[in-house]
Amino acid sequence: MKACQTPGFWLPLVIVSVWGGVVLLIHQDTMRETAFILLMAVGLASSLNILLGYTGYVSFGHIVFFGLGGYTGFYLLSAQDWPLFAAAIGGGLLSALIAGLVGLAVLRLRGAYFALATIGINEAARAFVSNFEPYGGATGMFVNFSVYQKYGGPGPALWTTFIFLWITALAVLLVSYLVKHSRFGLGLLAIREDEDAAMVMGVKAPQAKTITYVISAFFPGVIGTLYFFKNGNIEPGDAFQLHMSIEMLVMVMLGGMGTVMGPLVGAAGYQWLRGYLLTSPIFKDLHLAVAGAMLLLIILFVPTGVVGWVRNHVRRLQKVLE
Amino acid sequence: MILQVQDLTKRFGGLQALTGVTFDLPEGQILGLIGPNGAGKTTLFNVINGVYPPTQGQVFFRGEDVTGKPSYEIARRGLARTHQVVRPLTDLSVRENVMVGACFGREHQHLRPAARLADEALTQVGLIDRADQPSGSLNVAQKKRLEMARALAAKPHLILLDEVLAGLNPSEIASMMATVRAIRDQGITILMIEHVMQAIMAISDRILVLDYGMLIAAGLPEEVANNPQVIEAYLGDPKMTAQLLAE
Amino acid sequence: MLDQLISSLTDGLLLGFVYGVAAMGLTLIWGVMSVINLAHGPIIALGMFGAYLLFTHLGVNPYLAMAPVAGAGLIVGLVIYVIAVHRVINAPHLSSLLATFAVNMIIIGVGTAVFSTSPQNIDYSLGSVEVGFLTFPASRLVGAVGAILVTACLYLFLYFTRPGKAIRAVANNRMASELMGIPSSRVLALSFGLGAMMAAVAGGLIATFFPFTILSGGPYELKSFVICVLGGLGHPLGALVGGLLLGGLEGLIPTFMPVSWVPVVEFGLFVLVLLVRPSGLFGAK
Repeated sequence: MKACQTPGFWLPLVIVSVWGGVVLLIHQDTMRETAFILLMAVGLASSLNILLGYTGYVSFGHIVFFGLGGYTGFYLLSAQDWPLFAAAIGGGLLSALIAGLVGLAVLRLRGAYFALATIGINEAARAFVSNFEPYGGATGMFVNFSVYQKYGGPGPALWTTFIFLWITALAVLLVSYLVKHSRFGLGLLAIREDEDAAMVMGVKAPQAKTITYVISAFFPGVIGTLYFFKNGNIEPGDAFQLHMSIEMLVMVMLGGMGTVMGPLVGAAGYQWLRGYLLTSPIFKDLHLAVAGAMLLLIILFVPTGVVGWVRNHVRRLQKVLE
Repeated sequence: MILQVQDLTKRFGGLQALTGVTFDLPEGQILGLIGPNGAGKTTLFNVINGVYPPTQGQVFFRGEDVTGKPSYEIARRGLARTHQVVRPLTDLSVRENVMVGACFGREHQHLRPAARLADEALTQVGLIDRADQPSGSLNVAQKKRLEMARALAAKPHLILLDEVLAGLNPSEIASMMATVRAIRDQGITILMIEHVMQAIMAISDRILVLDYGMLIAAGLPEEVANNPQVIEAYLGDPKMTAQLLAE
Repeated sequence: MLDQLISSLTDGLLLGFVYGVAAMGLTLIWGVMSVINLAHGPIIALGMFGAYLLFTHLGVNPYLAMAPVAGAGLIVGLVIYVIAVHRVINAPHLSSLLATFAVNMIIIGVGTAVFSTSPQNIDYSLGSVEVGFLTFPASRLVGAVGAILVTACLYLFLYFTRPGKAIRAVANNRMASELMGIPSSRVLALSFGLGAMMAAVAGGLIATFFPFTILSGGPYELKSFVICVLGGLGHPLGALVGGLLLGGLEGLIPTFMPVSWVPVVEFGLFVLVLLVRPSGLFGAK
C-alpha cells in the first residue's frame, strides 16, 4: 500500500490510536469519560465531514442518525438482549437504511432547502419517537442492570464501550481518507464544486450523493448506541438535540471542512474550549455566548478552518495534512 | 451517423426555445452551429446531452435512443461538451479537473491512468505547465482550454464545443483552431457553436443555422453564407451580415 | 362535537395570525438575500422580554409597548446584519447559516445569564370574549388584529415607499438593482432589520398569551420554517396564509389524535412540501 507512506493517511490514525491506548494504559475513570466525549466528537464530526466536506451538502439535522441509531441499538441490547457490538452495528445499519430511503428524495434539494429539510427530518423523528411506544415514548428507555453483568459489571462494561468507540473513531477516519482518495471521492468533490458540470462529465450525482449520505449516517448510529449504553438511558430530548447537530458543524468548520485531519483538530479544539469555558469562573455563565462569538469570528475571518489555513499558508505541510 | 436529432422541440413554460429541429451528423466531421443570440443554440446542446429533457422529439447517439436520459448516462456513452460560460471546479487543481473527465467519461478510468490521461489532454491543449494550480486561478482563455481538456480526457466519440473562441484574441483564436483540427484528426466528431464567423466557416465541413429555435438552413459553408434566409436572420446585426457576405 | 371543533379551530386560527407575523420576518429575509436567519428564535424571545420589561418596570401597556419593541427589533436586526451577515452575504449557504447561528448562541448565552431560564409572564388580562358559543381570551383577538395591522403596514411599506420599492427591486435582482443605482448593502441591512422587527413584534404579542423564557423563541423559529415552506419561501403574504394553515392544523389535530402527534404531522408535512412543492403550496411550480 502506497497510502501507508503518506503522513496524511497515517497521522490521524496514529494520533487517535496512541491517545486511546494511553487512556487504556492509565485506566482512570475520569480520563476515560473525557476521552469518550472527545472520541465521540471526532467520530461524529468526521462522519458529517464525509457528506459536508466532500459533497458540500449541509446537513443541519445530522444528529437524527445519532438519535435513531442510538434508539435502535439501545432497544436491541436492552429489550432484545443483543450483545453491544451487534446492537451498535444494528443501530448504524438502521441509520444507514433511513438515510438511503430519505436520501434519494431529500438530496434533490440544494443549498439552504436541503439544510431546512434535514432540520425538518430531525424534528419529525424526535416527535415520532416521543410517540413510539416500543421505544418508551416520551420517557424513553433504561438499561436493565442485569445487562451489565454480561460484561463483568458496570465498570468493565464502560471500558468495553470505550474500546468500541475508539475502534469506531478509527474506522471513521480511515473511511474518510479512503473516500477522499478514491475515484468515487473525486466525483464527490466535483459535485461539491459544480454539480451540473459534474453530471455533464459523467458523475452519477444522485447515486453518489445517496451513497455518501448512507456512509455518513452509519457511524453516528453506531456512536449513538455506544453513547446511550454508557449513559444507561435514552430519551427523545437527549437523542435529537438540534444543538448537537450544530456543534458537529462547528467542529468541522473549526478544523477545516473537506480535510481528513480537520474534524479531528476541530473536535479536539472545540471540546477543549467548551471544557475550559464551562469550568472558568469568568466565562461559566457566558460559555454559550463566548462560544458563539468564537464561531462567528471563525466564519467571518478563517472560513477554511485551522487545517485549511495551515495548508494554504505553509506549503510544506500540504502533504502532511490531508 | 454518430448523432441523429429528430424533430426536437423544447418549451420552457410559454417560451418556445426549439421547434422541430432535425439533422444528422456523420462520424468524423466538424459541424458548425450558428445563429443570432437567443436562437436556441445552447439549449439545443443542453437537450442533446441530457441537461434538459426535450418536450418532443428524439436524439440518437451512435444508433442508440438517448432521449431524456440524464446527462451522466450520455456522458458515459462518449459524448463530452464544453460550456459557453466556463465552469471550472474552482477548488480542485487543473489536473484534478481533467481527471474528473477521465474517471467518469467513456473509458471510466481509475485514478492513476486518469492522471496520465489528464496530463496528455493538458499537453494537447497547452496547459500542462499549470497542472498543479487551483483551476480558479486560471484566466478565461486558459479556463476555455481547461474545458477542452476535460472533454478530451473523457476519450469521447463526439464533443460539443460551445463558443470556445469567444473572448479570445486573434492569436489565441488561431491556436485554438489548430487544437480543434487536431481533435478532429484524432477521429473525434465535433459539433460546435461559434460566433466568430471567419473561423467557423473555415473549419466546418457543414453548417447549421438556427433562428428562433428553428433550423433555417443547412449545408456547406459557402451555401449557407449565400442563403437569403440566413442573411435575413442576421440583418438585425448588419456587421455580422457584412461579414457573412464577405466570406 | 361540531362546537368543540369550531372552537378549537378559532383558537388555532387566531394564534395563526401571530405565527404568520413571525414567519413573515424569516421569509422576508430569505426572499431578499437568500439567508436563513437562525437567530430568528432568540429575536422573538427578545421581543417577549422587551414587552415584559416595559410592562413590569415602566408600567407601559403591553400593546403600546409594541412600538418601542418594533423599533428595538429593527435596530437589533441592523446590528446583526452589519456585524455577522454582511461579510458572508455572497459566501456559500453554510457560512450565513452558521454566522446567524453564532448570533443565536450569543443572544441565548447572554440572555440566560441576564434573565435566567425561569418562566416569566405578562400579568395583564383583557378578560375574555364571547361570540355565540365561542369563548376565547380577548388577548388572542387583539393579537390577531395586531398581526393583520403589521402585515398591512409591511405591504404598504413595500409597495408605496421608496425604500420599500428598493427592497423589492433588490429581492428581484440584486445585480440589476445595483446597476440602477440602488445602494444594495443599505437595502439588505434594512430588510434584515425589518425581518428582525417582525420577529420581535410577534414575540411581544406571543408574550401576552403564554409564559416564556429566553429559550421560548426556538419552537416559534421551527414553526416559522414550516410556515415559510408551506406559504412559499420568500413570499410575505404566503407566510400569513401559511401561519393560518399551521394555526388551524394545531387547533384541529388534537380533536382527532393525541396532542403529542401535532409536531409529527407538522414536520412530516414540512418535509413533504419541501420535496414535492419547494415553491410552497400556493407558489408557481
